[in-house]
Amino acid sequence: MAYSDKVLDHYENPRNVGTFDNEDTSVGTGMVGAPACGDVMRLQIKVSDAGVIEDARFKTYGCGSAIASSSLLTEWVKGKTLDEAQQIKNSEIAEELALPPVKVHCSVLAEDAIKAAIKDYAEKRPK
Amino acid sequence: MRDGCPKVAVFFDMLDFSKNYFELFGLPVSYIVDANALSDRYRDLQRIVHPDRFANATDQERRISVQGAALINEALETLKDPIARGSYLLTLHGVEMDAQNESTQDMGFLMQQMELREQLEEVRRQDDPYEAVLDISNRVNKQITSLVGQMAVQFETPTDDQLAAAREILRKMRFLQKLRSEAETVEAELEDELG
Repeated sequence: MAYSDKVLDHYENPRNVGTFDNEDTSVGTGMVGAPACGDVMRLQIKVSDAGVIEDARFKTYGCGSAIASSSLLTEWVKGKTLDEAQQIKNSEIAEELALPPVKVHCSVLAEDAIKAAIKDYAEKRPK
Repeated sequence: MRDGCPKVAVFFDMLDFSKNYFELFGLPVSYIVDANALSDRYRDLQRIVHPDRFANATDQERRISVQGAALINEALETLKDPIARGSYLLTLHGVEMDAQNESTQDMGFLMQQMELREQLEEVRRQDDPYEAVLDISNRVNKQITSLVGQMAVQFETPTDDQLAAAREILRKMRFLQKLRSEAETVEAELEDELG
């Protein structure tokens, strides 16, 4: 199965790979896993007091499509408010990367990861 | 047993296609499987469907023997693998897993999976990479063994809660299986390099 150029680009030059300090209260961490292929994805966001995502990091152990989905997502969420980031749909990621049907679950994983990161951030913040 | 043309009726009886895999192998429907009994029974069944016995048989008998051989192999592969066996047992209890989409929500477990993968990625930078990868493999195998033990308990008296627990254990096993195969790949690469 051939990967699209966009997947290859993200796979070969992944953006925003790395970690933030999870103890930092401005950081939200989403950890998700894909059971079918055993992939694991960690997505972290750094959020300003105004609720805008200033920066994002990811680390994904998985196939090219999973890496590309999470890499693309970190680019997309930067500068977005939490509400806007919450609205990102896996179908948009799949479309942008031209993922074949068998790899659509990789984009689902990325959507789950950003939602989990936002939830983690919200839970860490003092109400 | 004398060789020659097998009686189809006897053959059908021994290789009833409606039996589940455990019944086919004459084993109790349980997560714990006696490995010796499994391989003994496999050999018996293989003998029954061996092509040599069907040299003079009718086309129909031959066809059944080929299907029988495929069934026996599939049953063996399922029963000897802890993940496939667990998944099959769940199916027998009416639980169909969505292997593509359902994942564990256990954050602690996923974090640990991430750390182990990071360590695997780093082994080449260790003083003794081979030792380091063996250490990871050992830890993964220990985790799998522990999950196999937990799984066996769930199937002793499978209530709905226990089946749900078994399902969660299976989700985790899939991650560990993937990690183990990756560790094995690194091990093999290192062995090649060390000559």
